[in-house]
Amino acid sequence: MYAFEHTVNDPVGIHARPAGQLAKEATKFQSKVMLCKGDKRAELRRMMAVMGLGVKQGDTIRIEVEGADEDAAGAAIRAFVEANL
Amino acid sequence: MITIQALGVSEGLVKANAFVLRQPALDVSKRAVTDVAAEQARVDDAIERAKQQIEQLMAAAGGEQAEILDAHLMMLDDPDFSDGMKDIIAAESVCAEYACKVNCENFQQMFRAMDDEYMQARAADIGDISDRVQRVLQKVDDDPLDGIDAPCIVVASDLTPSDTAKIGSKPVWGFITQIGGRTSHSAIMARSMGLPAAAGAGERARLIENGDAILLDGCSGAIVVNPDAATEEAFDRKKAQFDEQRRMLEQYRAQPGATADGHRVVIEGNIGTPADAMRVDEVGGEGIGLFRSEFLFMDRADLPGEQEQFEAYRQVAQTMTGRPVIIRTLDIGGDKEVPALALEKEQNPFLGYRAIRICLDREELFLTQLRALLRASAFGDIRIMFPMISSLEEVRSAKAMVEKAKEQLKNEGVAFNEAIKLGIMIEIPVAAICADILAKEVDFFSIGTNDLIQYSCAVDRINDKLAALYRPLHPGVLRLIKMAADAARENGIDCGVCGEMAGSRGMASVLCGLGVTHLSMSASSILAAKNDLAHHSYEDCVRLASSLLGGVSATENESQLV
Repeated sequence: MYAFEHTVNDPVGIHARPAGQLAKEATKFQSKVMLCKGDKRAELRRMMAVMGLGVKQGDTIRIEVEGADEDAAGAAIRAFVEANL
Repeated sequence: MITIQALGVSEGLVKANAFVLRQPALDVSKRAVTDVAAEQARVDDAIERAKQQIEQLMAAAGGEQAEILDAHLMMLDDPDFSDGMKDIIAAESVCAEYACKVNCENFQQMFRAMDDEYMQARAADIGDISDRVQRVLQKVDDDPLDGIDAPCIVVASDLTPSDTAKIGSKPVWGFITQIGGRTSHSAIMARSMGLPAAAGAGERARLIENGDAILLDGCSGAIVVNPDAATEEAFDRKKAQFDEQRRMLEQYRAQPGATADGHRVVIEGNIGTPADAMRVDEVGGEGIGLFRSEFLFMDRADLPGEQEQFEAYRQVAQTMTGRPVIIRTLDIGGDKEVPALALEKEQNPFLGYRAIRICLDREELFLTQLRALLRASAFGDIRIMFPMISSLEEVRSAKAMVEKAKEQLKNEGVAFNEAIKLGIMIEIPVAAICADILAKEVDFFSIGTNDLIQYSCAVDRINDKLAALYRPLHPGVLRLIKMAADAARENGIDCGVCGEMAGSRGMASVLCGLGVTHLSMSASSILAAKNDLAHHSYEDCVRLASSLLGGVSATENESQLV
């Protein structure tokens, strides 16, 4: 499993646009990608579930990637998260 | 002839026939099905078709409209959205139409339950995309708006982002909606398209039939259906006047405020809520000269947290895209009640425990607001203004609190504008008299003429019996303004006026002549103020101001101005 943590800098948190972009990013890979905030989790491909976590600026999120291409997927998603959130 | 009183949400007068948008009744009753797989396939097909429709709309839409539609596409792509419907079909052996309705309600409920205004508002998007899927499922001709081929005023219960995107390419001259207000989606879009609109027309709007002749006044919200000749004639006259006035003022929208010979006076807007900033932007305001932060605190039992305040401040900063936004720290107490603060009733509220006096006394309250303001300063040119300043010590204490908030944020690694500008209201006479001392401490002054007049003339401005004593042109008031403006100039800082005087007819040139550099007023006065300035040279303004300063009474000065 590939996992990393990130503290969200985006002032509006994970709203519709970034949630949609994250979903698009996740569908490029076979691995299953989970976004966790505290003990709540949502699969990254599921945009509205991700929005439902209500991630705000300052929240620390954890991304877990598991599957055949987990390293490539994890690195790509990490790059996206660090550049956009 | 029928008259309907609604809320004017987008200015302008227009006459056209009604196009009544009735969404065809959709049948969402619970029907049993036997072939679950076939029913589930209908869901996939309908979502695919709905996406195609949105893509077509997007090709013609731009800006904000396109962004909303793009988010709709992404929502339709969410497997949970389609799975939600398919699961209901499988679990209950019911039709796709019913599953679509229940699925919509489930998602809406999830968003409405979130403790975030932005997320709650997403329920409307779920409604919009679900309606689209529902119409595809029921093979209801995609859009009734397709039937528009002649100029008309659209009459609807409400208009969704999908509707307004379509209207852009149709000869629609105005909107009337039964529900909504100034900040509803359709009102915002009407203003950005320059179409007159009225909202909140209520049940009476149902009296309007397709093809009825409509007179719509988007300023007052008055609607007349099938008018008689006299009413129509009066409307035509009013419309001609309005259009002429607008043409005259329109030329100033994109121009910065300046006298005929190019002496700059920055013309800004006063706002009470983040949504008001859009209106200021629409009329070409050069910034926000006064954002009263009180709205966040009033009419509620608790105090707004840092996050909630931050969102409101950031929203204004982003609406104004880089132009200055002056936010006044909490100005409550005395007459303005905040239940959560449980302030004692006072004998003399205007001279009492209020504004900066409360903030300096209740550090947590102040610090929370300052942190929110600083965080928002990463998103635009936010400036902080302290109200009710009467002494140097207060200015220094307030600045020390800002430093403390900065220190905290720095330690937490949160971004903010290190060089954020700090200013004070000049509204207590001693602040004007000692402006030369205070000017060395701050980046700008803003003269609050309402309180300055009330305090300097000792006139309660709420007491009708004293109205005749409340005189903006009192030579003493003008001298105080001049003192503040002079001190600001000598110290190289800005001096604005954000009281009602700034937006009063003919006052822009007077205040400019007194040395004021910024005028902030309600959005509806901005174009007229630019017009006033453009008709005077700077020399004229100075001559006028010095003549008023030399006047012996308010009465004499008022007669000079007529």
